[in-house]
Amino acid sequence: MSAYDEERLGELLSALPPAPESLVRAAKQLPLMREQVDKILERAETDEEYRRKVVADPEAALEEADVVAHSDAIEILRRKLDE
Amino acid sequence: MHVELTDAQLVARCRSGDRDAWNELVGRFSRYVYAIAIQAFKLPEHDAEDVFQEVFTRAYEHLHKLRDDEAIRPWLAQLTRRLCIDRLRAGSQEQPDDSVEPMDVEDTIGRLDEALAVHEALAILPDNCQDILDRFFARDESYRTIGDALDLPSGTIASRISRCLAKLRVEMEGRNAGSAPS
Repeated sequence: MSAYDEERLGELLSALPPAPESLVRAAKQLPLMREQVDKILERAETDEEYRRKVVADPEAALEEADVVAHSDAIEILRRKLDE
Repeated sequence: MHVELTDAQLVARCRSGDRDAWNELVGRFSRYVYAIAIQAFKLPEHDAEDVFQEVFTRAYEHLHKLRDDEAIRPWLAQLTRRLCIDRLRAGSQEQPDDSVEPMDVEDTIGRLDEALAVHEALAILPDNCQDILDRFFARDESYRTIGDALDLPSGTIASRISRCLAKLRVEMEGRNAGSAPS
């Protein structure tokens, strides 16, 4: 008898339901997010007033750059600004 | 015919900055990562969501550190596992050691590894089989919902599922025969 009869295959297919769509979308946007974060950092390096704004409110800076300001994006931005 | 990139090819493309490859990598492993957090570690949904985000953020940041591109799945599993343990430790003041890990984690991850292999086999079946099997088993949709979505009479759905499972079985047995020791 096969190890993969219909019942077993059904169980294994059921074991991996989709992850929440919003999470998957955010994960797929990571390269774009990093690119935008790099642009913010680049500008903050040459524009002191902009840098102060970003440090004071990184969430607003990300939203202004059309990046979903989830905690990871804010964390990366903060970390890079501190470097 | 759809040609599936191997995990190693996918990782190499991600590392070279190919965004489509990154999309595919997230698509290939998103269910697996989330299932480890929810099923193996039984994290509440909001904690599982945080772990999921962190796993993919770290994976993106540290992909260049992966020594063997073919090992992306165990690498992600290990990363998810570590972050789940951190999350459980943070919520448990009394147990600072590994005992926060549920007893059956190994078994559950083993089952999820096997489930992922079945999903990989599913990915090379015709689109109509992928769709109907995913809807029925993984998304837990009813015959009626599937029938409405795919414009199929409800009476034909059971037989189509059965035919597609037979194709999936052949694919899985072929893979196992190919990997069996000689």
